[in-house]
Amino acid sequence: MAEFRMPSLGADMEEGILVEWKVKTGDHVKRGDIIAEVETQKGIIEIEVFEDGVVEQILVQPGEKVPVGTALAIIRAEGEEERPETAEAKKTTPSTEEKKAAPEKPKPQPAIKREKRIRISPLARRFAAELAIDLSKVDGTGPDGAINRADVERAAAQAKKPEKHVPEQPPEKKERAAGFHEGIRKAIAAAMARSNREIPHYYLETRIDMSRALKGLEAENRKRSVKERILPAVLLIKAVALALGDVPALNGYWIDGVHRPQEAIHIGFAISLRQGGLVTPAIHHADLKSLDELMEALRDLIIRTRAGRLRSSEMTDSTITITNLGDIGVETVYGVIYPPQVALTGFGRITEQPWVENGMIGIRPVLTATLAGDHRATDGHTGARFLDAINKHLQDWEKL
Amino acid sequence: MNTQDREITYREAVREAIREAMQKDERVFLMGEDVGRYGGCFAVSKDMLDEFGQERIRDTPLSESAFVGAGIGAALGGMLPVVEIMTVNFSLLALDQIVNNAAKYLHMSGGLFNVPVVIRMATGGGKQLAAQHSHSLEGWYAHIPGIKVLTPATIEDARGMLWTALMDPDPVLIFENNTLYNMKGHLPANPVPVDIDHAIVRRPGTDITVITYGVGLFKALDAAEKLSEDDIETEVIDLRTLRPLDDETFLASVAKTHRVLIVDEGWRSGGISAEISARIMERSFYDLDAPTERLCGVEVPMPYAGHLEQAALPQTEDIISIVKRMVKSNG
Repeated sequence: MAEFRMPSLGADMEEGILVEWKVKTGDHVKRGDIIAEVETQKGIIEIEVFEDGVVEQILVQPGEKVPVGTALAIIRAEGEEERPETAEAKKTTPSTEEKKAAPEKPKPQPAIKREKRIRISPLARRFAAELAIDLSKVDGTGPDGAINRADVERAAAQAKKPEKHVPEQPPEKKERAAGFHEGIRKAIAAAMARSNREIPHYYLETRIDMSRALKGLEAENRKRSVKERILPAVLLIKAVALALGDVPALNGYWIDGVHRPQEAIHIGFAISLRQGGLVTPAIHHADLKSLDELMEALRDLIIRTRAGRLRSSEMTDSTITITNLGDIGVETVYGVIYPPQVALTGFGRITEQPWVENGMIGIRPVLTATLAGDHRATDGHTGARFLDAINKHLQDWEKL
Repeated sequence: MNTQDREITYREAVREAIREAMQKDERVFLMGEDVGRYGGCFAVSKDMLDEFGQERIRDTPLSESAFVGAGIGAALGGMLPVVEIMTVNFSLLALDQIVNNAAKYLHMSGGLFNVPVVIRMATGGGKQLAAQHSHSLEGWYAHIPGIKVLTPATIEDARGMLWTALMDPDPVLIFENNTLYNMKGHLPANPVPVDIDHAIVRRPGTDITVITYGVGLFKALDAAEKLSEDDIETEVIDLRTLRPLDDETFLASVAKTHRVLIVDEGWRSGGISAEISARIMERSFYDLDAPTERLCGVEVPMPYAGHLEQAALPQTEDIISIVKRMVKSNG
C-alpha cells in the first residue's frame, strides 16, 4: 500500500492545486503513468506515479489546494490484499463511478494504438502537427477516407468554436491562462532571488574550437533527412553529460548545508517560453542517451514545454542546468544557478574567430562556454577541470 | 532582323533560327536526310539550299550513324553543325554516336574536346505515321549525362533556343513535336536567343500543378482554361528542357498548389514523368496533399488508325477529368 503524495515541483513550491485525475478508483496504473494534473506557479504539470498497482482510494478531489506531501491517493500494489473496509464499502455502496469502471476493458496499450495507421496526406499531417489537431478525431474526405489539408483545417476551425460556447468550462481555467505568465515570473523571481542571496557563485569561461565537431556533425547531417538532423545544441548537451561523468562533483545539489552529488545525470535545459519566462525541464540520463535519442528528447521537450505539458519528474529532477543563448546571438552567458543545484553551464553563439594553434593563425568556429559554480560545494579547480572535459569531449566528438 | 510583331508558324520560326545562325556564323551548317533539294521532310529547310549552297546545306545518305558521327567530327574540328534527323525513331540508329561519342567525348578526352553539335529531330504522334514514326523517346535521352535535351513548345522557344544551343560547348538535342510545325503563333519584334536551362510557369494557378512539355503544353493550357470555368485554377508548367531538369521551378509550384499531374506523351514506365515524380517525392513530400499522378501515352506501339492513335495519346479531356478528380476528392 503506498500513498501518492502532492509532489514538490520546485525548490520553492509549498502547495499545489489538484486540477484533474486521469484515473479513477480501481484503475490499474504502472510506474511512469501520468495519473493527475497539478497546478503550480509554473503552470499545470502532469504528475507520474512511481508504483505499479491499483488506485485504491482517491483522497483529494479536483479543485482542492493542499500542501506538498499531502497524500492524494492510495495505490495498492499488484497482488496485495484489498483493504477489508474498502472491499466492504465497495460491496455495500458501489458508487456509480465504480459500476461503470468495473466492466471496462483494460485500456489498450499505447504500442497497439500506434500501429493503427491513419491515412493522411503528408501536407495534412504537417498541418495537423502545427495546429495540434488530434488526427483520430478528423474525418477524411479524400480517396478511401484519407485525411487531407482541408479536413484538418475544418477540424481546426471546429476545435476553436466550442471553447466559446461550452458553459461547463470552469471559469477558473481562463484565469489560469491569464495568470500563467505571472506565475512563471513569480517562480523565477523566487528561485533567482534565493540563488543570488544564498549561493556564492564563481564564474569560469573558456573558448572552444568547434571546427572538428561542426565538420563532423555536418557530414553526419548530410546523410540524414531534414527531420533526422541533429542540432549542435545536442552535441553540447552530450558533452556536458560526459564531462559530468569525469567531474561528478558538479552534478547534484546543496541541501541543508550538505553537498550531495548525484549519480544520475539529468540535464535541465533552459527553454524560453513564447509568452516570456523560461522553464528548465530535465533530459533524464543524458549521459546514457545517444545523440539521436537526445535530439528526440530535446525536440519532444521543447514541444511539450511550449504546450504546457511537462511531467513532474522533468520539473524536479535536473542535477545541473544548461543555458544556451547562442541562437539569439549572445557570445557569452554567465548564468545564475538554479537552487538547489550547484552548477550551471552556459553556451553562447558559435562565431568565426582568429585562432592560434602551433604558432599558426587560422579562422575557426569558436564557442564560449561558461560555468557558474556554487563555491560552497566546489572550487574553481573543479570547475576548470569540468570546462576542460567539455572541450575534450567536443574535440573527440565521434565518441559523443 | 524583323522589327515587327508577327504571326508565324512554328516551322517558320525554326527555319528563321537556322538561317539567322548561318548568317551570323560561317561555322554553322545544316546536314541531314533530304534537307537540301527536298527542303526537309517537314519542310523546315525549304529554299535554304538556294540561299546557302551545297557546302552548307548538305544532303546525306540514309545512314543516321554515319551523318550524326560526321556532325560530331565536324564539331570536334571547330564547326558548329546542325544535324537534322527525320524523327526520333530513326535516331536510334545513331544512338551509339550520340551516347558513346557525343555525350562522352569531353570525359574521354580528359576535358580536352567539347562537342558543340546540335542535333534536331521531330518527335511525337498524332499524324497517322504509325508505330515506327510516331513515338516520343526524348525522355530516354534525358537519361544521359553529357547532353542537353530541349523541347521547345512555343514559337518564341523554337525561334530562340537554337542559337543558345549552338553556343553551348556541349552536345544539345532539340526535339520538335511534329504536330506543332503548322501551329501559328505570335513572335515579338526583334527576337532574341532564349535560355535553355529554365522551366517556366505558362499559366499561374492555385489548386493543382500540371507539369508538361512540347505539345502537352497546349493541351494543358486548353484544359486549364476549361477547368477555370469550374473554379479550378490550374498552374501549367512548361519544362522546356528535359535535361537538366529545372527542379526548383516545379518544386516551388508544388509548394504552392500541393497537387501535381504530369502530362507526357511518352510511355509511362521508366519515363521522364517517373523521374519528375520521384524528385517531387524526394524533395517536396511534406508539401503534397495528394499523390502525384501521371498522364502518359498508352503503352502500345502507336496505332495507325486515327481514332486509335488519338486514344493512345494524352488528350485535353483526360487532363480535365483527372484534375477534377484529384482536386475534388481532396477537398
